[in-house]
Amino acid sequence: MIIQPHISIQNLNVHIGENHILKNINLDIPDKKVTSLIGPSGCGKTTLLKTMNRLLDRQTDVRVEGKVLVDGENIYDPKVEVTHIRKKMGLLSQRPFPLPMNIYDNIAYGQRIHGNNNKKDLDEIVEKHLRGVNLWDEVKDRLKSPATRLSIGQQQRLCLARGLAIEPEIILGDEPTSALDPISTQHIEELFLQLKEKYTIVLVTHILRQARRVSDYIGFVYMGEIIEFGPTEEILLNPKEKLTRDYVKGFLS
Amino acid sequence: MRKTEENIFKFLMILSTIIISSTLFLILYTIFSRGVGSLSWNMISKIPEGGFYIGKGGGILNAIIGSVYITFGSTLLGLLVSIPIVIYINVYAKKNSLLANITRLSYDILFGIPSIVYGAFGFAIMVYMGLKTSLLAGIITVTLMIIPILVRAIDEVVRVVPEDMSNSVYSLGGTRYETAKILLRQSIPGIITAILLSFGRAIGDAACVLFTAGFTDSIPTSLDQPAATLPLSIFFQLSSPIQEVQNRAYAAATILTIIVLIISIAAKIASKNLSKNII
Ligand SMILES: Nc1ncnc2c1ncn2[C@@H]1O[C@H](COP(=O)(O)OP(=O)(O)OP(=O)(O)O)[C@@H](O)[C@H]1O
Ligand SMILES: [Mg+2]
Repeated sequence: MIIQPHISIQNLNVHIGENHILKNINLDIPDKKVTSLIGPSGCGKTTLLKTMNRLLDRQTDVRVEGKVLVDGENIYDPKVEVTHIRKKMGLLSQRPFPLPMNIYDNIAYGQRIHGNNNKKDLDEIVEKHLRGVNLWDEVKDRLKSPATRLSIGQQQRLCLARGLAIEPEIILGDEPTSALDPISTQHIEELFLQLKEKYTIVLVTHILRQARRVSDYIGFVYMGEIIEFGPTEEILLNPKEKLTRDYVKGFLS
Repeated sequence: MRKTEENIFKFLMILSTIIISSTLFLILYTIFSRGVGSLSWNMISKIPEGGFYIGKGGGILNAIIGSVYITFGSTLLGLLVSIPIVIYINVYAKKNSLLANITRLSYDILFGIPSIVYGAFGFAIMVYMGLKTSLLAGIITVTLMIIPILVRAIDEVVRVVPEDMSNSVYSLGGTRYETAKILLRQSIPGIITAILLSFGRAIGDAACVLFTAGFTDSIPTSLDQPAATLPLSIFFQLSSPIQEVQNRAYAAATILTIIVLIISIAAKIASKNLSKNII
């Protein structure tokens, strides 16, 4: 690959219990680009995303083999500090989960656990990231009210802002717009395009049009394997593999 | 057909509600109607005059204070032990690991052991260590009895917190300790219920304190002095052949019930205020 990879996955195999969930994955995620992972439900997209910040470690009965290099460092090396790896990445999960605290504290939480307690600083960060996800105007008058009272779409934007507020280098988004209306979706997509100036973004999505709008590269995942990886246009319009072709078939019609 | 089925269940539900609430009412009525007559300011402000189970004079302040000391002491001590256990099996140990399962099984078994066994156990330890009945021995024995209640009840709520909640904290670079704090915060209503349960058991149990805290007419001023408790004060006074003394037992029971009611209501209010942020 011409572009320097930010994340390089090498010979990755994941077993959960008896099941071979990810099969010999080799994937280079380019730096400061948007890479989309597409594929049918249950093919292993979320699992693949979770191997990148070692969130999979938390699950029982998981066996991970192979390497995941982030900035050249194997994050599965036992010497690696897991919290440090995770701080580099903001993961937006498929379902939004606000923390049991108010809106302000939700955004400030990441900064606080990493030692930033400067009130003025936090005020700025909270406002900046809430504006970034287009939520500020809706919540600016009730920053101290519980985050759980927000609508699901608002919660998703809140969680996005919360992830960005730790100022990661990589954003891992697991269908981050699945609960959003078209306007908010569009806003988040624009945000991603803007964010890729500074961040490397990996996006799981079911919406091929979204993949086309925001991503530079697409990886097609099927039954735990990466079938094809390449530039967006190539995968969507001119795929080499039959499986990919069948999956994206409906896209043009 | 389905209509009849529904009606039968509706009837059963109403019936059981009536049974439960009328039992509660009957208990309260029996205790209060007999107790209120003997209830006086002296009862709750004075220590006994002239022997605790024959006397008609004075009050049961010694038992009220003793019970409050033992209940609060053991609930606090119990929480200090139980919360780390629950956090350990839910956050630090891998899910469904052998150790977590053994811990859960042990507490399930301990949960079912009658309190007199705890009392006997506490007593055996005291004899072995050459200690006399004391407030401290009472607190420790009651603590042992309520730890399984606390662990079980808190574990029950902490383990059902969705995994995505802890994953959120981990994704933000949080440590297990930080995750534990979030889990506890999310579980506040359950923790308060657990405290209530154990509080009720601790304040009402006679068997645990009989041999360990002992009984005395005076108010303990240090941990190594024996302490009276409300259940034992009820027990001794009720065993008296004198009607007047027996009525004082009902007055003591009334006081015990009122304390439990006050604590329950206070906990409900606290729970409402503390849990506004949770899912
Ligand atoms: N804890 C687990 N135990 C057993 N199997 C699991 C576990 N977690 C995931 N799997 C399996 O791994 C496979 C991949 O799951 P994953 O969540 O990664 O799919 P996905 O591509 O994200 O699907 P979706 O698009 O529906 O979100 C599925 O077959 C799933 O059943
Ligand atoms: Mg998924």
